[in-house]
Amino acid sequence: MKPIVVLGSGLAGYTLVRELRKLNSEIPITVVSKDSGDYYSKPTLSNAFAQNKSPESLVLTPAAAMAAQQQFTLLANTEVRAIHRAERRLDTTAGPIEYDKLVLAIGADPIRIPLQGDADVLSVNDLADYARFRDRLKSAQSVAIMGGGLIGCEFANDLALAGYKVSVIDPGPYPIAGLLPEQAGRQLLEPLQNMGVSWHFGNAAQVVHASGQSFQLTLTDQTIVSADVVLSAVGLRPRIQLAKEAGLSVNRGISVDEKLQSSDQAIFALGDCAEINGQTMPYVLPIMHAARALAKTLNGQEAAVAFPYMPVVVKTPAHPIAVLPVPRDAAGSWEVLEQGQGVKMGFFNPQKEMIGFALTGEYAKERSEMTARCKAKS
Amino acid sequence: MKVWQCVVCGFIYNEAEGLPSEGIAPGTAWADIPADWACPDCGVAKSDFEMVEI
Repeated sequence: MKPIVVLGSGLAGYTLVRELRKLNSEIPITVVSKDSGDYYSKPTLSNAFAQNKSPESLVLTPAAAMAAQQQFTLLANTEVRAIHRAERRLDTTAGPIEYDKLVLAIGADPIRIPLQGDADVLSVNDLADYARFRDRLKSAQSVAIMGGGLIGCEFANDLALAGYKVSVIDPGPYPIAGLLPEQAGRQLLEPLQNMGVSWHFGNAAQVVHASGQSFQLTLTDQTIVSADVVLSAVGLRPRIQLAKEAGLSVNRGISVDEKLQSSDQAIFALGDCAEINGQTMPYVLPIMHAARALAKTLNGQEAAVAFPYMPVVVKTPAHPIAVLPVPRDAAGSWEVLEQGQGVKMGFFNPQKEMIGFALTGEYAKERSEMTARCKAKS
Repeated sequence: MKVWQCVVCGFIYNEAEGLPSEGIAPGTAWADIPADWACPDCGVAKSDFEMVEI
């Protein structure tokens, strides 16, 4: 019997394997990973530094233990060169692999903004990146972060907590503008400023010059920011190349339906690489739900994923935030419900039903209660 | 008293210590934590992730 082959050993790939094994202990599974296959949780990478966590200590389960517990064959440090769909065969650096069903859980690449000068810009997208980043920080005192979104702000909080002088540069108007209404996003400004973070909104780095051990960034408004380390956190681009070359239908991500099925019936995608009915959802909760549904389908009980309301938690302990984002094109408006040490906001549709929220500071802990309020009205 | 770990983010829950900041008293068994409780680190609901005994 040909195996179910899972490409990728991140949260998406391994959660799927775990869920599938709960349903079926017999079915052969092969996991192909371009790295070691050690299991770690990617969300911890942006708040591990202040806790002085070594890359090794972030590994929750080593690859060999994972393979033994979940009974799969692991091909670590293996790159997939091509998918031959007609023969259901992969061409890899470890030789050909045949599959019965193929699951693409290959993640996303960090988006890099083109810069003039001698840019030596880091991004932290996996455990190996984290190791490099941590190494570079050893001799550093200051960090410039390009990107003031969720990940950029989490890093800013973590690094400021660890004693670094942090500058955040973002062309947008305020922190986490992609998810939060302005009044909520602005709540983050002062608490992080008090920790020594300097904000540069409405600004982009144009030129980076090396000067000795550090860098000088010239911003669009001609401000000069100096930093020993430059970190880019401007977003992720789903990895679609392999799928595209195999002739699968792709858009921003690998296009799949609510069964996580691609344009080829034997190929599925989930996690950061997937675009589910037009939506990319690179967060923990959607991945858990998608993995559970796909495990059922692969076990022969076809299942569509139904996403409940899934709040996103921003790991900024200086001013905690929880948000239930609303689609960009949603009709309605944000309203302030309460204001104190932070702000509690709801997004109301034209029928006056709450379909999203943003909770900051003291209100962040009301996440479950607010999610329940949204559920009750839907 | 047992210690549990969130398989998604590695968060540790120690029954002996509880989680006073979340209103969970020391000595609270994992089984007694409400089903709508969510992992304080990654936000995954109790019912939505496994805790493994370590």
